[in-house]
Amino acid sequence: MTARTAIALALAAIALVATAPPAAAERIIVSVSNHRVTVTPSYAGDELVLFGSVERDADTPPDRGDYDLVVTVAGPRADMVTRRKERRAGIWVNADSRQFLDVPSYLAIFSNRPLNEIASADVQRRLQLGINNVVLTQRVGTDYADVVATDPFRTAFVRRQTERGLYRQSSTAVTFLTPTLFRVTIPLPATVPIGTFDIDIKLLVNGALVARSETAFEIVKVGFEQFVANAARHHGLLYGLATVIMALGTGWIASIAFRRD
Amino acid sequence: MQIYLPIADIPVSMFLLLAMGIAVGFVSGMFGIGGGFLLTPLLIFVGITPAVAVASVTTHIAASSFSGALSYWRKRAVDPALATTLLSGAVAGTGLGVWLFTWLRQLGQLDLIIALSYVALLGTVGSLMVWEGVRSALRTRQGVTVPLRHGSSHSWVHGLPIKMRFKRSRIYLSVIPVIGVGMLIGFVGAIMGVGGGFLLVPILIYWLRVPTSTVIGTSMMLTLITMIVATLLHAATNHLVDAVLALVLMVGGVIGAQFGARAGQSLRGENLRLLLGLLILAVGIRFAVELVLPPTDIYTVQTVEIGQ
Repeated sequence: MTARTAIALALAAIALVATAPPAAAERIIVSVSNHRVTVTPSYAGDELVLFGSVERDADTPPDRGDYDLVVTVAGPRADMVTRRKERRAGIWVNADSRQFLDVPSYLAIFSNRPLNEIASADVQRRLQLGINNVVLTQRVGTDYADVVATDPFRTAFVRRQTERGLYRQSSTAVTFLTPTLFRVTIPLPATVPIGTFDIDIKLLVNGALVARSETAFEIVKVGFEQFVANAARHHGLLYGLATVIMALGTGWIASIAFRRD
Repeated sequence: MQIYLPIADIPVSMFLLLAMGIAVGFVSGMFGIGGGFLLTPLLIFVGITPAVAVASVTTHIAASSFSGALSYWRKRAVDPALATTLLSGAVAGTGLGVWLFTWLRQLGQLDLIIALSYVALLGTVGSLMVWEGVRSALRTRQGVTVPLRHGSSHSWVHGLPIKMRFKRSRIYLSVIPVIGVGMLIGFVGAIMGVGGGFLLVPILIYWLRVPTSTVIGTSMMLTLITMIVATLLHAATNHLVDAVLALVLMVGGVIGAQFGARAGQSLRGENLRLLLGLLILAVGIRFAVELVLPPTDIYTVQTVEIGQ
């Protein structure tokens, strides 16, 4: 490494420190009960527990107010289409649709009290607190944009996902066991998608963000069913051939077993 | 006992599936039909998406038509030349059907087209059969015997060029209508998840004048091959064939068919046709009702592509 690059790096480091938020007075330490959830064919839904504590240090003002916590759990990203039916010539047909690009297939937002009491609408929007403030990119024709929270397609999308247990928001799910020790229960329904789930934990005091931490867990499906699903997806033709052979085998066995001529 | 269907992505009671397989098998054994047009709707009605239902039933029909085709082959009731000519059209038709299926699915109109096709096809065929059945039942009651209608022995079909001799069926016919019929059956089968026997047999008998001795066997042979091709294409392009679902249905189907065949022998032909007509009509009406009634939620969400 030349002297010049060393200086440049040092300068960059100083610049980083300078632009970073004021020296963190708190740190969040978290742990999930299980970093790898295996879903078996008989899986009927499960839940994961997130434990954490807020660590204060010497910089923490002694008159620090109560802590607020917002936990966002986002499942693997997916492209989804929301369609709206309309009555045309007496029958119900899919008339209009919106494509949601790269949106979380699972989204849970948990807090210790209603978000409106935790922070102002502006802060909520900036920190993406609440389902209404999470960016859900839509493609409308050639435009890519998130729309207002009251957009009928967006509300319908969130409603359908909520009905399936995949989107949820609760202002009572975070429990403070002591002023600094907290616990969150993350429900995972049977329809939960497989993949990596990111957990984003934001600590707020008096409506301002003071600390943030991230962790993740993974959902894997195991067993024969998963093997079949993988084969179907990744080796379509081979899977088709195997299925056809299975079908012919069954038909052949039947013709022998029940032969009447 | 709940089993998880890997492709349909829902848990379903295994006994319910087995019972459906047996019931449809019973009906198909009784009437000598494939039963796809009953099984696909049943699966849709229990909550399996139409796309997965159609693709998986093609596999089920491949199994049931194989045992049938084997026994007709042994009895030399299959016309290989006729089957091959029909097939050349059917394979093209199946390919076209699967392509349209994929395209409609992307447009979000697949479910609608499947439902509309069922209403149109089952409504027409069902009504005709019920009408025919009622008429013949009335005639028997009045003791009137009407000779079977043979129609004119030569229609415009017999004037078409590129004629070919189908030895085993003892007919001399242009290949154009044969290939056309094959295409139609393959196309309809890929879109609707039906073997098409209930369409093919009447067409071959009444329109192309294929003798009854070879018609069922040849039709089964065609069904077998088109359903194999449809399974392969659906598996390779849309990844929608649920092997677990198909296997449970097949097992139920072959068991049910044995009992159905015995029950069918003790029923009179006209009554059998009337019953089948009513059944077909009922399924068609069920689809129509679904289309006309307002849905519980006018919005639906479909996952297009999930990133890992």
